[in-house]
Amino acid sequence: MSTGGKNKLVLGYGTCGIAAGATAVKDALENELATGKYDAYLDIAGCMGFCFREPIVEVTDPDGRSVIYGDLSPKRVSRLLEAVAGGEVIEDWVVRRSDEPGAGEGDFLANQHRIVLRNCGNINPESIEEYISTGGYEAARKALTSMTPEELIDEVGKSGIRGRGGAGFPTGTKWGFARKAKGEQKYLVCNADEGDPGAFMDRSVLEGDPHAVIEGMIVAGYAIGATQAYIYCRAEYPLALKRLDIAIAACHEWGYLGQGIFGTDWDFDIKIKKGAGAFVCGEETALIASIEGKRGMPRPRPPFPANEGLWGKPTNINNVETLAAIPWIIANGGDRYASVGTEKSKGTKVFCLAGKVRRSGLAEVPMGYTLRQVIFDVGGGVREGKEFKAVQMGGPSGGCLPASLLDTLVDYDAITATGAIMGSGGMIVADSSTCMVDLARYFLSFTQEESCGKCVPCRIGTKRMLEILARICSGEGEPEDLERLDILAGDIKAGSLCALGGTAPNPVLTTLKYFRNEYEDHILRKKCTAGVCPALITLHIQEDICTGCGACAKICPVEAISGEKKEPHAIDADTCIRCKLCLSRCPEEAIYAE
Amino acid sequence: MDDKGCECKQRFADPDNQEPLLGILERYAGEKGALIPLLQDTQEAYGYLDEKIMRALAKGAGYQLSQVYGVATFYTQFRLEPIGEHLIRVCHGTACHVAGAELISEEISNFLGVKDGQTTPDMKFTLESVMCVGACSLSPIMIVDEDTHGKLKPANVRKVLKKYRGGNGEKEE
Ligand SMILES: Cc1cc2nc3c(=O)[nH]c(=O)nc-3n(C[C@H](O)[C@H](O)[C@H](O)COP(=O)(O)O)c2cc1C
Ligand code: SF4
Ligand code: SF4
Ligand code: FES
Ligand code: FES
Repeated sequence: MSTGGKNKLVLGYGTCGIAAGATAVKDALENELATGKYDAYLDIAGCMGFCFREPIVEVTDPDGRSVIYGDLSPKRVSRLLEAVAGGEVIEDWVVRRSDEPGAGEGDFLANQHRIVLRNCGNINPESIEEYISTGGYEAARKALTSMTPEELIDEVGKSGIRGRGGAGFPTGTKWGFARKAKGEQKYLVCNADEGDPGAFMDRSVLEGDPHAVIEGMIVAGYAIGATQAYIYCRAEYPLALKRLDIAIAACHEWGYLGQGIFGTDWDFDIKIKKGAGAFVCGEETALIASIEGKRGMPRPRPPFPANEGLWGKPTNINNVETLAAIPWIIANGGDRYASVGTEKSKGTKVFCLAGKVRRSGLAEVPMGYTLRQVIFDVGGGVREGKEFKAVQMGGPSGGCLPASLLDTLVDYDAITATGAIMGSGGMIVADSSTCMVDLARYFLSFTQEESCGKCVPCRIGTKRMLEILARICSGEGEPEDLERLDILAGDIKAGSLCALGGTAPNPVLTTLKYFRNEYEDHILRKKCTAGVCPALITLHIQEDICTGCGACAKICPVEAISGEKKEPHAIDADTCIRCKLCLSRCPEEAIYAE
Repeated sequence: MDDKGCECKQRFADPDNQEPLLGILERYAGEKGALIPLLQDTQEAYGYLDEKIMRALAKGAGYQLSQVYGVATFYTQFRLEPIGEHLIRVCHGTACHVAGAELISEEISNFLGVKDGQTTPDMKFTLESVMCVGACSLSPIMIVDEDTHGKLKPANVRKVLKKYRGGNGEKEE
């Protein structure tokens, strides 16, 4: 990319970067650059995906060579600018160098295949000009000026793309239904509710490349015959909402939204609807009810939204990631997209790597990679050299897979066969310090809380399952509980209207299947080997490490810790309430739970 | 969100003052299915949904009170009680849970003497939990007002909160 003969600095300015302190870095950079001492300028971009090294700056010199630096802070800014001015590279801070792909964390990107994230981190998401300079809106122009809706639907069908919101329904087929549905007024909805608690793909795309989603919506709207569209975005994403607002306003100025767009006689507009915090509203019929201003409760299908959706009119709902891939598919052809991936899962999938993985961040990989490639080659394996225990995929609807299944392919059918689901792309890596029973309990407490209450098996069944799991975690589980969980799981799956209830037992079923020994440890041996469940652990101080600083004794709410100054301290197990507050307080990490 | 530098205290309107509500009602007049944005804007203006205000909103926008109340209690975003000067939101998404969010909440509860969803008697802090704010790589996370504090340890929680004790970021001690 041309930098106009100057050094270009691009700061990662997404939610994750800002949370890590990017605003202070931005202020410091702006102040230094304002002195005029440096031949450089600053721009912002969305997520580059290197969350584990935020705040991040990419420096591109006039020859187009780029270096990405991580872990910046205001203090490091002058050192950075001096190096930039002197044409020097600060090796210790390097995350990636374009001229030395193996340096730093270069293989994080090298092992990815970016289609949806093609612009994320590369362009300023608040500038429509930058999006256009990458070929943006050419796909929409091509679609509207030289293709028929049927041709578009064919092309998307050829690409083989399946909905990225979780269910994996073929997008071309879905568009075909909405196209054929009878009705003067049709609607398009972009599902940006991203309810999986522990996933942020859609947020990153909306923050990093909002125009890609809008362009995808323009194409989709034209293909199905919808002139009005909505983006239903969760309120927890203020920056995504702000950048969408900016992008939509720019589109109106450029004639890409509004009346007679791209010089044709086609009208198309987008309204933003802010969610109000309900996981079930990610389900399409609940989402529709929510846009209509009602309580977000699912209703039986059929009628499917394609025939009777928003305000009773034909409605097509797609996920953010699905829509963001559409411009690429139209520009490059469905066949090219379909050349990536496996027989039944085409293209790429964006995953959010989080939990105990070393490189936690945003990664887009071709379908057909193994989970091992995603977690180890891209993600760099488990943090602090610990052993991999499990990966949780698909959030509350998904499951936990053990090390023996790491060679499973990223493929809808292959993952479903394990009992987990592809889901929307959350991947939480667990190591020996994660208790699988506690994790199952966590998800059940989530689904139980989020059940809309319409179906008895979902509302009460999840509550009963949660009670049993809580009992097991508190050391009061009975051997028969495992069978009870199994029976309840079957009933809930069979008797729930929507997939919230239908998939709620998955985290329990997969942990029962692959980590049964941990349940048995809790129930029979009254042990939580991960050291998580308070009732089943004891806390100890390692005498040889303890320096006797007294910090733990000070924080202990029940005065269970005693010892002379500068002498090893000890915890009285009978008094200790296992709140673990002392654990993180100890500067020597002398306290452990077992 | 960009007004971080703004030092003015975010003051909410008094529920006896209907003026802000009238402005909001006007903004959505005639719009189909606008109940949720109506409630969102109202909560932004008043800090919470007071019964008086919900009644006035129902009347003004032509809804049954039961409809308004039904929606307000269905979505977790809506609050029926006033909030304190500083809103603490602790993330309990999966990544934060695995990273020990429960210990963070517990430490805050111990420090402030309130449980999840409650406000301190001096109206300084309200403690809430949220489900993933999308910065999972920095887990565990706590957001105070608009500031995100990531990679938290229970041991640092008090230090962070003390900064907010004295009002506009002044230290108390
Ligand atoms: C409880 C529940 C929550 C859901 N949450 C989301 C979500 O947050 N985002 C999303 O895109 N789809 C979500 N879905 C799936 C949607 O119902 C729908 O299948 C999807 O938005 C369709 O888009 P796609 O075909 O592009 O995947 C959810 C489904 C259920 C049952
Ligand atoms: S399965 Fe659960 S969330 Fe879905 S409609 Fe029934 S009660 Fe509501
Ligand atoms: S905090 Fe750690 S080092 Fe200090 S007394 Fe307690 S165990 Fe010993
Ligand atoms: S860099 Fe934005 S998601 Fe982390
Ligand atoms: S789980 Fe806490 S930010 Fe995502």
